[in-house]
Amino acid sequence: MASTIRVRAINSGDITEVQALIQHPMDSGYVKDAQGQTIPAHFIQQLTFEYDGKAVFVADWGPAVSKDPYVKFAFKGAKKGDDLKVSWVDNKGASDATTAKIQ
Amino acid sequence: MRACALFSSVLTALGFAVFVATALPPARAADAPDPAADAKAFRDYFVKKFPKVKLDDFVNGPYSMNEDMRKQWEEKEQFPPYEFALEAGKEMFATPFKNGKSYADCFANGGIGVRQNYPMFDEKEGKVVTLELALNRCREANGEKPYSYVKDEMASLTAYMAFTSRGKPFDIKIPADPRALEAYQEGKRYFYTRRGQLNFSCATCHVQSPGERIRAETLAPALGILNAMPIYRSEWSGMGTISRRFTTCNSQIRGVPLEPQSDEYRNLEYYLSYVSNGLPISGPGARP
Amino acid sequence: MSRTIGAIALAAVLLPATLIPARAASDADFKTAYAAADAAEKQAGALRNQWTTTEAALAAARKAAEAGDFDQAVAQAREAEALAKASIFQATSEKEAWKALEIK
Repeated sequence: MASTIRVRAINSGDITEVQALIQHPMDSGYVKDAQGQTIPAHFIQQLTFEYDGKAVFVADWGPAVSKDPYVKFAFKGAKKGDDLKVSWVDNKGASDATTAKIQ
Repeated sequence: MRACALFSSVLTALGFAVFVATALPPARAADAPDPAADAKAFRDYFVKKFPKVKLDDFVNGPYSMNEDMRKQWEEKEQFPPYEFALEAGKEMFATPFKNGKSYADCFANGGIGVRQNYPMFDEKEGKVVTLELALNRCREANGEKPYSYVKDEMASLTAYMAFTSRGKPFDIKIPADPRALEAYQEGKRYFYTRRGQLNFSCATCHVQSPGERIRAETLAPALGILNAMPIYRSEWSGMGTISRRFTTCNSQIRGVPLEPQSDEYRNLEYYLSYVSNGLPISGPGARP
Repeated sequence: MSRTIGAIALAAVLLPATLIPARAASDADFKTAYAAADAAEKQAGALRNQWTTTEAALAAARKAAEAGDFDQAVAQAREAEALAKASIFQATSEKEAWKALEIK
């Protein structure tokens, strides 16, 4: 199955700028469907970006984050060609991970 | 006493007639539609209203009207929210039907880079055929069930076809067939006609008030308004087709929407696309 | 005394007649009112110009009738008829009025 994580990390000098788009329904648990049934909560609870074995960005998410979330941040200390690992876990225990090369 | 009353009522009638005559729009010779002149006037109106906006930029809707929104949109275009629908559409387009044929068999050039030619007037049928309609007819002709015009599958398919035409200018043709001219005119009439309990026409928002706000939204100009379709709308948390936009616009002004791909909507799409001829396809798009 | 009579007379004139029904509405009254509203809405449909609020009023009328509240049902049906007629007027007048908005 194709990865749910699309990530791009661009290094420029000391700063690496990271963008990621994650495919996930992010159902809040407060929305009803056309039949009036509540769509159960289904959202990413934790999103982690790791560089060199250390977490450089961790997000604790909840029902307020919208479908197919987009994240952008920058961090210091990486070089072109290094690996950046991205992983998430949701409230149903599902997860996905991918590793991208810093460009 | 009677003569006086008669005289004054005649005067009133005359006065009323003069009032009515001047209030009515000036009669045009034979009232024959001139689409080319319409399109030029349409373009000139928006170019004059927004002198700082480049002609091609009108296809970006509210982003051509608001600098702050544009910055956010340009950033998101690096990782656009329609990417998932686009990929799904590409896969769907390439997948053959149960009978072995595929969408490519129904379109010129295998369906690649043809979006800018739709809608087109079908002289055999005597009606306007939109891209969405053509896709479902292709499905049905090959033994497949048609897709809903307002759901994800049609949005993904049209997203892919729009993407293969990105940058190509709208090239809508009105053949020398009185029925085609009639369809164009009907579309124009629909566009300017007020409807719904809120008494809005499409023009009320998109001709009279582009760049201004309706509640929290910034209104797009009518020029180039279909060039970015289908769009990922943050408000919908998903992708939407032209059919979805037409029907929801109707219900938002408290008008009961017509069936997707009704004659009225097909003609409306024909008119709106024609007056945007020359402007580039920018779809699939992203909107707030 | 005359002041009181005067006050009552004034009140009788000012209070609109519809607020004081001569009797409670019946199912028959509802059916009549609804038929008129429905006919008008169908006419609006033929003109391809129905309003969502008309549909909502018709639905509210049906719901009230089902619950046995015929006063409410008749009121909603009358509202629906008024809305439908307004939408017909809109469609008819817009046949010419649209030209005033056209970019020329």
